[in-house]
Amino acid sequence: MSNNLIEIRNLSVSFPSEAGVVQAVRDVSLDIRAGEVLGIVGESGSGKTVMSLAMIRLLARTASVSGSIIHDDVDLLQLSDDAMSKYRGKEISMIFQDPLSALNPVHTIGRQIIEALQIHSEMNKSDALKRAIELLEIVGIPRPAERAQSYPHEFSGGMRQRVMIALAIANRPKVILADEPTTALDVTVQAQILDLLKTARDMTGAAVVLVTHDLGVVAGLVDRVAIMYAGKIVEIGPVEEVFAQPAMPYTIGLLRSIPRIDTVGSSRLTSISGAPVSPINLPEGCAFVPRCPAASDVCTVKTPELVSLSPTRMTACVRQGEIFALQDAGKLFQTGPVHVAPEITSDEVTLEVRGLTKTFPLMKGVLLRRQAGSVYAVDGVDLVLRRGRSLALVGESGCGKTTTLIEILNMVAPESGTISILGRNVAELSRSERLGMRKDLQIVFQDPFASLDPRLPIGDAIAEPLGNFGMSKADQENRVRELLELVGLNQSQASKYPNEFSGGQRQRIAIARALALNPQIVALDEPVSALDVSVRAGVLNLLAELQEKLKLSYLFVSHDLAVVQHVADDIAVMYLGSIVESGPVRDVFAHPKHPYTQALLSAVPIPDPKIERTRTRIILQGELPSPANPPSGCRFHNRCHVRSTLSPELAEKCSVVRPEMLKIGTGAVACHAPLK
Amino acid sequence: MNATTETVEKRLTRMALVRKRFARNKLAVAGLVILVAMFVLAFVGPFFGKHSWDSLDFFSLLQPPSKEHFFGTSQIGGDVYALTLRGLQKSLIIGILVAIFSTGLAAIAGGFAGFYGGKVDRSVMWIIDALLVLPSFLIIAVMSPWFRGRTWLIFVVLLAAFGWMITARIVRSATMSLRERDFVRAAIYMGIPARKIVFRHLLPNVASILIIDATLNVGGTILSETGLSYLGFGVQPPDVSLGSLIAEGTASALTYPWLFMFAGAALVLTVLAVSFVGDGLRDAFDPGSAMGKKL
Repeated sequence: MSNNLIEIRNLSVSFPSEAGVVQAVRDVSLDIRAGEVLGIVGESGSGKTVMSLAMIRLLARTASVSGSIIHDDVDLLQLSDDAMSKYRGKEISMIFQDPLSALNPVHTIGRQIIEALQIHSEMNKSDALKRAIELLEIVGIPRPAERAQSYPHEFSGGMRQRVMIALAIANRPKVILADEPTTALDVTVQAQILDLLKTARDMTGAAVVLVTHDLGVVAGLVDRVAIMYAGKIVEIGPVEEVFAQPAMPYTIGLLRSIPRIDTVGSSRLTSISGAPVSPINLPEGCAFVPRCPAASDVCTVKTPELVSLSPTRMTACVRQGEIFALQDAGKLFQTGPVHVAPEITSDEVTLEVRGLTKTFPLMKGVLLRRQAGSVYAVDGVDLVLRRGRSLALVGESGCGKTTTLIEILNMVAPESGTISILGRNVAELSRSERLGMRKDLQIVFQDPFASLDPRLPIGDAIAEPLGNFGMSKADQENRVRELLELVGLNQSQASKYPNEFSGGQRQRIAIARALALNPQIVALDEPVSALDVSVRAGVLNLLAELQEKLKLSYLFVSHDLAVVQHVADDIAVMYLGSIVESGPVRDVFAHPKHPYTQALLSAVPIPDPKIERTRTRIILQGELPSPANPPSGCRFHNRCHVRSTLSPELAEKCSVVRPEMLKIGTGAVACHAPLK
Repeated sequence: MNATTETVEKRLTRMALVRKRFARNKLAVAGLVILVAMFVLAFVGPFFGKHSWDSLDFFSLLQPPSKEHFFGTSQIGGDVYALTLRGLQKSLIIGILVAIFSTGLAAIAGGFAGFYGGKVDRSVMWIIDALLVLPSFLIIAVMSPWFRGRTWLIFVVLLAAFGWMITARIVRSATMSLRERDFVRAAIYMGIPARKIVFRHLLPNVASILIIDATLNVGGTILSETGLSYLGFGVQPPDVSLGSLIAEGTASALTYPWLFMFAGAALVLTVLAVSFVGDGLRDAFDPGSAMGKKL
């Protein structure tokens, strides 16, 4: 045997379903080499998770599996479940996406690690406890001896994922499977966890299989990458080579469709048409044909197999030779016209927020509930949005950005501060004026599966606001048709229910509905984060196009800085309920003035291995503190990486005096020691 | 998936789509046809019989079905054909009206309580709990002298008024979770009034519960209505209903089956037809159901 730890040969996994047999994994062969980090990249439904679950034999009983997975001359697929248990955790261990459901809520962390240790080795309880505490220390849990006595709910998301990693490396496995280990986490925490995964790999020498949809994560961590589409590996090779010159059209499109934080000036993204296929009743031929710009007749004849392109790389594409030889393969895909950032033609302010505050009462007691304090979800937020421009409100989860958005949309007088829409203070609006104002401010939600009524045909859904504002039936018909065309959908689809559309199409419908009343401001609440990577670009391009055409002002709420860089003109960075930095996106991204902005920017992975591996990142300590008990002074001071370099007096000031927003250059920053 | 053949065609609204999907369901259409046929039979049928429901033929007591008496005769010489149709008239209307009223009341009360929450919710819940605790038969018994001699529609209202509470609670909890969904929030931010949100977004999404409830109520009401007749209102002897015919005929079901069989068959047919229609409606409202989709 070579240095292959695991050899997967002709693995196929299928599930029965009402619609037909779902071929989740189709005839995949793959080697996992000792000590490598292998990235498996794919969109939802590509079979990447199913494949990793098959390796550790955790698939549902209904799955029918064929092929072989050889480890140490043993075919894991032939083992009984009991025999397989000897391998799980000991030889192959797994890190799941959601660490909350992967840990048992009724046992302490320490006990769960001790259990994992004692199952695979003869170890008495005190030794196991000692080792458990050691492991917790390795993964960076502060005060490990104490924290071992805590229950999972007492940990934050990032800490739980650290515990999962401790569990995974407890028995020094040869392979660690990590299934989207950072998807549920914020970027600054993601950077910490990725760092930790590297450490874990170095310490145990285990091979890491990183299953993810995020090409940026892959670029930074992975040695070899396998791209999956519709249950098959379509391209595999060293990450630098694949990223530098992809050979399969899907890879090419995918790499070009993702917004990058490091591109200067915003160009339209390459978009792959259509939506990912569902792996049910797939016809013979390449599954990517309907979306492929290079598809020809030969592609539909036979399902392409993985064949060698070079000694290190393999591709499953009939025309790989031709495509690989192309000088600029990216031209294959259609790119929209270059997005010109709108010059500030008018200084007209469409939305202005001053000193917005929103608190939630903190209740205590079981029988007699009384207010014990207040959670400052939003604490003095200022925003200015101008006509025809996009303002991005960014921050990590829990920083209060969604609460801010809801306060604005509610259009009622806030607890303190003012909200003015189109020059009118919402506190002074009468009932009927407020209703009229709703026409001018509309919202597109994050999850298009929840934001459309499943039982209302989409035509009715788009017509709903029109009818509400008294448009005649005939005019409604015309407007619905017009709107569907505007967002790139066929008018004959108006009589269909939302469940007949893909995620990207649904988001287009939600956009059409928001635009129905010709609003002047559109609030976009993470409009692409629930969508598959390959369809995001299409929706983002559409939003940019609509903004130019209709002179819309966008209030863009997001945690994804790469997307923000792409669509927004101005940015406001939020931390723990207040704005820490604001200004034009270009200036803020090029020269962040607040340490938090700087850390946030450096935590965003760039989908380019060359850049990603050479740049230095700032890894913040700890996680977002609870807004119920915010730190004194500057709220960021206890995580600030700059503070330790400051003079003692200034560092003291950070922890005592809360900084005010001060204008510096084109932007404003709330920091006692702004970066140059 | 036949988008290619379509040109600019008229957009179908939800009601049009639901009608179209309902029409595709053969069983549901059959149920509707049966129901209509039962109504026609109940109101037109008596003209074809040779006896009226309140005339007695003393020369033929307990006779099996014949040309003279299509469904036979009863112990006192009543024509079972005429009696059954007379009973069917009453029971069909009572059953269907009560089902619609009580489910409708449940939908409105539960829907608004769930959507508004707060004070509205608390007062609706108080009424529901009060009605659930009070013994409905006792109240009706106490009130019955006042109802005596008035129209039987009061009877329908009473039956409905005591039958909606459990469903309202189910609808309320379902709407409470729906209220938090983004599509409801989107409607609020579009300025859609609460009344329209409840009827357009919330209730269609709990339609399955409501339809099943209404379907079950039809059969249940027809049978339970006899119980109330003992208390002296509703359908009073010598007038008959399907319920009272079945109740009287059950005793002699084996010896004189025609006394019971025809009324029983009418009830079974009604309930069956209603449940076919209910299933059809449920599938027509549910975009996920395979039944509505296939052509």
